Amino acid sequence: MSKLDILKAGLVGLSLCLAGTATADPVKVGMITTLTGGGSGLGIDVRDGFMLAVKQAGNKDLEVVIEDDARKPALAVQIADKMIQSEKVDILTGIIWSNLAMAVIPSTTAQGKIYISPNAGPSALAGKGCNPNYFNVAYQNDNLHEAMGAYATKAGYKKSFIMAPNYPAGKDSLTGFKRFYKGEVVGEVYTKLGQNDYAAEIAQIRASGAENVFIFLPGGMGIAFMKQYAQSGVDIPVMGPAFSFDQGILQAVGSAAIGVKNSSHWSKDLDTAANRAFVEGFKAEYGRLPSLYAVQGFDAASLILSAMDKASIKDADAFKAALKEGKIVSPRGSFKFGNNQHPIQTIYVREVIKEGDIYTNKVVDVAFEDHQDAYASACEMK
Amino acid sequence: MTSTLLFEQLLNGLQFGVMLFLMAAGLTLVFGVMGLINLAHGALYMVGAFACAVVATWTGSFWLGLAASLVAAAAAGALVEMLVIRRLYKRDHLDQVLATYALILIFSEGTRWLFGSFPLFLNVPEILSGPINLPGGLQYPLYRFALIIIGFLVAIGLYLLISKTRLGIRIRAGESDRDMIAALGIDIRLLYTIVFALGAALAGFAGALVGAIQSVQVGMGEPVLILAFVVIVIGGIGSIKGALVGAILVGVVDTMGRFLLPSLFKLFMENSAATSVGSALASMLIYIVMAFILVIKPKGLFPANG
Repeated sequence: MSKLDILKAGLVGLSLCLAGTATADPVKVGMITTLTGGGSGLGIDVRDGFMLAVKQAGNKDLEVVIEDDARKPALAVQIADKMIQSEKVDILTGIIWSNLAMAVIPSTTAQGKIYISPNAGPSALAGKGCNPNYFNVAYQNDNLHEAMGAYATKAGYKKSFIMAPNYPAGKDSLTGFKRFYKGEVVGEVYTKLGQNDYAAEIAQIRASGAENVFIFLPGGMGIAFMKQYAQSGVDIPVMGPAFSFDQGILQAVGSAAIGVKNSSHWSKDLDTAANRAFVEGFKAEYGRLPSLYAVQGFDAASLILSAMDKASIKDADAFKAALKEGKIVSPRGSFKFGNNQHPIQTIYVREVIKEGDIYTNKVVDVAFEDHQDAYASACEMK
Repeated sequence: MTSTLLFEQLLNGLQFGVMLFLMAAGLTLVFGVMGLINLAHGALYMVGAFACAVVATWTGSFWLGLAASLVAAAAAGALVEMLVIRRLYKRDHLDQVLATYALILIFSEGTRWLFGSFPLFLNVPEILSGPINLPGGLQYPLYRFALIIIGFLVAIGLYLLISKTRLGIRIRAGESDRDMIAALGIDIRLLYTIVFALGAALAGFAGALVGAIQSVQVGMGEPVLILAFVVIVIGGIGSIKGALVGAILVGVVDTMGRFLLPSLFKLFMENSAATSVGSALASMLIYIVMAFILVIKPKGLFPANG
C-alpha cells in the first residue's frame, strides 16, 4: 500500500467520522413509569424492554433518565415538569395508566415535547384530541376488547356474560367488546374497582345461561376471579384481553387459567426471527420471560433509535416525520402507524397453556389483521 | 331469578360475613379491652396470608401454611404490642391512629421489600377443591362451604373462651374496669399482649383462608379493614356477639345488594344505566345501613358496656 493510499483511506475515515457526528445529535429521553406499589410489575417490564433495545443498539447518543411515579397522577405531573424544565429532555415516555397519561401527555405535547406511549392509549388522545407530538406504540385502549368481541362472534357464541370494573377503562372495555360482538348480551355487570370476592357475580354467571364469559379484570382482580371461578364448578369458557393473562400474572393464577382465550397484539411464540431474538435476549438479560409490556417498551426504544438514524432531534419536524414512518422491526411482526399515530396491527387470540413448570400463552387464532382503532377517522391529522 | 340463585347468594353473603367476623373480632376485642384503635389490623391479615403462601409453597402443604399464618400473625402482633402499642394506651385516639397508620406503611413496604410486587401463589388445598352438591340441586364451592363452617366454629370457640375460661373472665374484667383489675394483682401488661396477639392471630387466620381464593399481595388488608370497622360500629364496639351479628349483616347486605339492586333498577330504567346506577348504589349500601342503624341505636346493636 502506497503512502497515498494510506492518506486516502485516512481522509475517507475522517470524513466518515465527521459525517457521523454531524447527524447524531444526542437525544435525552425521560421515562416516567410505575416501579413501586400496585401494578409495578407492568412498569418494570416496560423499563426492562426499553433498556434492552437501548443496550442492544449501543447508541451512545441516546441518554435515558428513569423515575418512578408510584401510580400517582400528581407525582407523574411533578416529574414530567422537572424532566422538561430542569433536565431538558427531548422525549418523554413510560406511563402505564390512562389516568396518569391524561394528566401528563396534553401538557407535554403543548410544550412542544414528543411523547411516546408504551402502554396507555386513552380514546381522548386517539380521535379529536390527537396531536402531532404524541405517538402510541402499544395500542388504543379499546383494541384488545374489540378483538375479543370479534372472536366471540367468529367462534359462534350467541349468549355472552360480560363484566368489568366500574371505572372509565372498564366501561370502554365493555363498549369495545360490544362494538364487534353480534350475539346477545345476557348479563352485563360492573364490579367495584379493586374488588376481590366474586362469589355473587359467579352465582349470576351460573344462573345466566351464557355460552361464554368475557372479563376485563386487570391485576389482582383477575387472579381472584379466576381462582374462585375454578372452584365454583361453573364450566362456561372464559375469555378476556391479555392484561389478566399475561406472563407476570399467570404464575399467581396457576392451573385455574389453563384454556382461557385472550387477545393480544403479541405472543411469546410468534414465529419470526425478530421475536425469537427478542425473547432470547430478554431471557438472557433478566432471567425471566418477557410480557407484552416488555415488548411495548422495546418497541418504544426501537422507534426512537430508528428516528435518530434518519434525522436530528434539532429538526423537530423531520424527527417526527421519521418517527411516524414507524420503521421498526417489532417482535409483534408487522407494525405501522395510522393517521392518528396509533398502531395499525394484527391482534391474535391466545390460549393459556402450561410449558414445563411455567404457565404461558400460545397463539391459536387471529382476531384482526391490520386493525385500526375506531377513533382514527375523527383525528384531523393525515 | 330462581330460588337456588337466591339461596346461593345467601350462602355467599354468609361466607363473606364469617370471614369479616374473624377480622372484626380481633379489632373489637382490642378496642373494647384496651381502648385502642388499631389501623394496623389489616397489615396482620396480610402477614397471615403471606406466611401461609410462603410456607405452603415451601412445604407443599396448605395446612402447615395455615398453622404458620396463625403463628406468624400472633408473633407479629405480640411484637408490635410490646414495641409500639404499649406506649399508646394512655395517649388519645389521634396519636394511636397516627402510630398504627405508620405501622401499615412499614408492614406494606417491608413485605414488598421481602417478596416483591407480584402477587404470590396460594391455592385451595386439594381435599377442599371443586364444588359440592347441596340439596335442591345447588352446586356450591366446597372451600367456601368449609369457610362458613370454620367461621362458625371459631365464633363458638371465642364465645366459650370469653364466657367460660379464666382468661375470658379477665378480658371481660379488663373491659369493665382496667384500674380495678390491675389493683387485684393481675398482670395487665401480659393480658394486653395476649389479647392483642389473639386478635392478630384471628386476622392472620382470616388472611390465609381468604388468600387462597383471592390474591395474596401487598395492601390486601386495607379494604377488609374498612369493612371490619363498619362491622364493629354496627355491632357495638367491644362486643363479640355484636361483631358476629354485624359481620353477617354486612356480608349478606353487601352480597344481596350487589346482585339485587341492578335488577331492581332494570324494572324502570334502561339496561346499561340501571347496571351502573345499581352497582354504584350497591357499593354504598352497607354504609347506608350503618347510618340507619346508628340513627336508631347510636351505640350499635349490642353495646358492650350497657
